[in-house]
Amino acid sequence: MFYRLSSIRHNSYASDRKMFPVPADRNAVVFFLLLGCAAPLLIPSLYLNSYVLPWLIWTAAVLGLNLVTGWAGQLHLGYAAVMAVGAYSTVHAARFGIPWEFALLIGGLSSSVIGSLFAFTALRVKGLYLALTTLAMQFVMDWVLTHSPTIAGGSHAALQSPTFALLGQEITSDAGLYYVAFGWCVLVTIFMLNLKRTGLGRALVAVREKDFAAAILGVNSFYYKLVAFAASSFIAGVTGALLVATFYFLAAPEQFAVNVSIQVLAMVIIGGLGSILGSYMGAALILLMPGVVNKIFSSVADLVGLELGIETLAHIPNAAYGALIVIFLMVEPLGLGKLYANVRDYLMVWPFDQLKK
Amino acid sequence: MDWIFLSELTVNGALTGLLYSLVAIGLVLIYKSSAVPNLAQGALTMLGAYVVLAFSHNLGWSLWIAIPIAIVIMFFVGMGIERFALRKLAGRPIVMILMMTMGLDIFLRGTTLAIWGGSSRPMNLGVTYDPYFLGDMLLSRIHIVGAMVALALFVAIMLFFRTRLGIRLRAISDDYLASWSIGISVERGVGLSWGLASIVAVATGVIWGEVQGVEQSLSLLLLKGLTVAVLGGLDSILGAVVAGIILGVLESVGSFYLDDIVGGGSRDLIVAAVLILTVMIRPHGLFGRHDIERV
Repeated sequence: MFYRLSSIRHNSYASDRKMFPVPADRNAVVFFLLLGCAAPLLIPSLYLNSYVLPWLIWTAAVLGLNLVTGWAGQLHLGYAAVMAVGAYSTVHAARFGIPWEFALLIGGLSSSVIGSLFAFTALRVKGLYLALTTLAMQFVMDWVLTHSPTIAGGSHAALQSPTFALLGQEITSDAGLYYVAFGWCVLVTIFMLNLKRTGLGRALVAVREKDFAAAILGVNSFYYKLVAFAASSFIAGVTGALLVATFYFLAAPEQFAVNVSIQVLAMVIIGGLGSILGSYMGAALILLMPGVVNKIFSSVADLVGLELGIETLAHIPNAAYGALIVIFLMVEPLGLGKLYANVRDYLMVWPFDQLKK
Repeated sequence: MDWIFLSELTVNGALTGLLYSLVAIGLVLIYKSSAVPNLAQGALTMLGAYVVLAFSHNLGWSLWIAIPIAIVIMFFVGMGIERFALRKLAGRPIVMILMMTMGLDIFLRGTTLAIWGGSSRPMNLGVTYDPYFLGDMLLSRIHIVGAMVALALFVAIMLFFRTRLGIRLRAISDDYLASWSIGISVERGVGLSWGLASIVAVATGVIWGEVQGVEQSLSLLLLKGLTVAVLGGLDSILGAVVAGIILGVLESVGSFYLDDIVGGGSRDLIVAAVLILTVMIRPHGLFGRHDIERV
């Protein structure tokens, strides 16, 4: 009953390569999928749309960045800029009267094109220099957004997003918007789960480990870097568009500034490089942490009778956010995904753990 | 075109550029010894300025006592950061090291502002704001002082690299495995370079705090410092100084012409463009060492 690995013997490569070699994992995924479907019934709509919905959308973004950073090993510090391209082109297309399905596609494709420009840097350099160039490109994108009234809808302005609609049906209810985010997140997750098992996924991992060595083995490393950037940018573009369409309801340059790029990368690192479950946990931790820390600090201050200034309270979440990143990298550089994997490996063989060594 | 105006732009740009070099020198010191790109240098600069203010304004001590105290404190802060945060990550992928320094940047900024508050306050270094006339050119006095400090630090660091301790640092930078094998403590050397970079951060914080007030935006100097460091070569102190002058002149003269075309705010664009072009054309910078990778 406890020994989850009992009677699991793979006799063919096909069965060994199954998406869930252990039935317990599959059951857990099905359980959470059902929980996700039933969430509007279980969670009050205020919490649903202010916590669960952004969490799912950010998770999709984190998975996209994980594709390029965790799988293909290419540092990307301009992810928010790519999201901005998708968000703005989608909103503009939707305002122009194009149906949302096609508008999202336009957003994703235009992000892909711009995102592939980042990949041309990856042809020339890698590692630190790639990170710095993508960071510089993020600043260029910020500048373009704030300085071109045609894109941003005026100087210091926010672009109103039209009502979201799918198949001609306007979606305005809280549950409806939640299902849109949930559906997109599930779609990206399925894509990423399957990526591991395909030749593309293995090629990306080969490029990550050592691109020259991969090239010697016949993996065209530049082609795969380009594919990784284009695919992750597509995910980023659609995610950015959905973020605006279902959560912010208007697009503003600050929503896609450099600190957002760093935040998404922090989610990836804290979740664990190349870990899908970790992406969910990393996004949840980073999104929820500021509110929780603020509550803790103000209640502790009340308890002790210490008078904390507004300015102090405003900056404590930032300090805690930085401390969280630092502590995680010190304690477990592979992130929450690795922590979970350790627990899972232990429980998998639990009563008989002395047998597996 | 008015030649006096153009030369004024050039000279002022070069002076500002030397102030950027201050940030870059801190970055280069750390990168040279341990190949860690310290994205927290901006936050260290800010912290340095706030620590100086904590003694000079809050306690009312003279600035000339506060600065040495801040230097000592920041030296140990830098050593401590290396000891507790970065040493564990040695040999890890660069993405983790980058994220660690970014996390430190966020943490230091948040902590500094939580303790001292974010409102801008003056450094009161005692340099007058009256412009200095060189012929017909108007120059800012604080920029001249800052440029002098940058050059003095450059000379001091160059001299330091000739001492016994400095030679050890150079050996570590050349080949840390070989240094280890002949009995140089690489850990202590890297810690020392973090301490030195933090001292440079105090100097940067004092000068820039005088230029633009002590506030959060001091940490934004990081991007300019990074650009200068990359342009000069991430492991070359001389490169940091030369590239600082180049970037300062480009930014000052370029933004004068570009602002009319693009409608203002082109300084950041020029900095980002210089960074991208440097990496695309000559990733190891003007004076940096070109590392050849083995498979």
